[in-house]
Amino acid sequence: MATPLRPVKVLSPSVAEPVAANDSPARIPPPLVLPHPVSAAALHARAVLGALLPPLLGIVGFLLVWALIARTTHYLPGPDKTFVSAVQLFSDPFYQRGPNDQGVGWNLLASLERVAKGFGMAALVGIPLGFALGRFTMLSSAFQPIISVLRPVSPLAWLPIGLAVFEAANPAAIFTIFICAIWPMIINTALGVASVPQDYLNVARVLRLSEWKVFTHILLPASVPYVLTGAKLSLGVAWLAIVASEMLTGGVGIGFWLWDEWNNLNMEHILIAIGIVGVVGMLLEKGMTLIANRFDYRSR
Amino acid sequence: MAAYLEVDDVSVMFKARGQNFLAVKNVDVKVAQGEFVSIIGHSGCGKSTVLNVVAGLVEPQAGGAVLNGRQIDGPSPERAVVFQNHSLLPWLTAYGNVYLAVERVFSATESKSGLKARTEAALALVGLTAARDKRPGELSGGMKQRVGIARALAMEPKVLLMDEPFGALDALTRATLQDSLMEIQNQLHMTVVMVTHDVDEAVLLSDRVVMMTNGPAATIGQILPITLPRPRARLDLAENTDYHHCRAAILRFLHEGSARPIPKAA
Repeated sequence: MATPLRPVKVLSPSVAEPVAANDSPARIPPPLVLPHPVSAAALHARAVLGALLPPLLGIVGFLLVWALIARTTHYLPGPDKTFVSAVQLFSDPFYQRGPNDQGVGWNLLASLERVAKGFGMAALVGIPLGFALGRFTMLSSAFQPIISVLRPVSPLAWLPIGLAVFEAANPAAIFTIFICAIWPMIINTALGVASVPQDYLNVARVLRLSEWKVFTHILLPASVPYVLTGAKLSLGVAWLAIVASEMLTGGVGIGFWLWDEWNNLNMEHILIAIGIVGVVGMLLEKGMTLIANRFDYRSR
Repeated sequence: MAAYLEVDDVSVMFKARGQNFLAVKNVDVKVAQGEFVSIIGHSGCGKSTVLNVVAGLVEPQAGGAVLNGRQIDGPSPERAVVFQNHSLLPWLTAYGNVYLAVERVFSATESKSGLKARTEAALALVGLTAARDKRPGELSGGMKQRVGIARALAMEPKVLLMDEPFGALDALTRATLQDSLMEIQNQLHMTVVMVTHDVDEAVLLSDRVVMMTNGPAATIGQILPITLPRPRARLDLAENTDYHHCRAAILRFLHEGSARPIPKAA
């Protein structure tokens, strides 16, 4: 199907270049060879079905395999039992029965709060540091060995340091999130700043822009996509680390809740917890992707 | 001829894989005020390097350049550059890109409305008033390069430096832009140094064509004055014998061995 020709804007008699086409790809279902005419609604239904069917099949297949495995083992509940348990659990997610027995909603919120604090601090420290490292090679060389050694360390290894320094479980967990979320932030920001095209910097040099103008008009907008990629990775790592560190620190939190249910031998709740962690992690990533696309100059 | 811009015995060395590489050797060019000079040569012969020395983006190992009696050290808005790939900031509109330059050069001496007027005038000069609020991603290649030219012109530079400004454009767009550039030049009489590898472009636009030998150690082989009367019209020149003689002279230089590296003395 041909896209309609747009009128050429004639700017002046000597200037008659067509405006660059920036048509978005038309949302048209793939052409089908059909024996008889089909209405647009039917075509649309086919397209929707075509998009939905594969994921649905995947989920059904996954549930089948799960049910099969559950049949052969003693302790693992199948999808049916888990579903019943989940309905019960989610009917009252915000109850309070003492410090160690709270609804799953409270646990989830507590985990999210820790991640938000750790992640926020990592962004506050990591992004400016990344900018400095990307802009000044001296600084980058100074920090490079430290980053290379500390970055591969498992988040949980930092937990004892946090406990020793803060002498409390909650700040230690936040510290763990902070330290594992900061590396992708620093590295990606620095990469973004270092890979600002030389052409843009040449423009800045010819104009003799001040360092501040270079930062606000060139470095910042050019590296925003990298910064947000770093933030996305950080958030993913933070969410991975929080479950593990809460298992060790206890208190309130989805990780602690999961471990607690293991002690109660409530396998349904453990499976539900895994589901919650997965869904929340996915939503966090989708949210960050949305934000990243919103601020990426390339997608405007 | 009084030299307004003087490139004096410039040699430039680059470091590549730990080895020194002499890109440009003993280049001497004198440009008068209001003159349009093209530098032509094969790819990689160091044409752009000479331009970048004048721009202040590359520091020569020997020699130097003087503009209006002042030694060039480092880039400056008085030597505006039109880059080959337009180098517009993709997050700013056409207006924003030009305004950034105007603001930098004139904000100390002029009011905000003055800066706005300058920006609008520059966009009007290249025929882009209607596209002022478009970002580079929404503009065609030719329009982007027009914005690049508007940005450079708006700075009212002493010398306009153009680094293969139309090299990335298709032939028809290139011709339109060359015509626009000639029109603008007839109004403003700027001092221009342009790097090109297009023989027709060099003859059509220039007062003199500087031909460079091939690198390494590229230097000036020949300088050809183009005495065709101005204003020049593309179609009239197609039948003009002088035009064809100039063209032939450059082609001969580029393809008959004189552009080859100078044989080393035994």
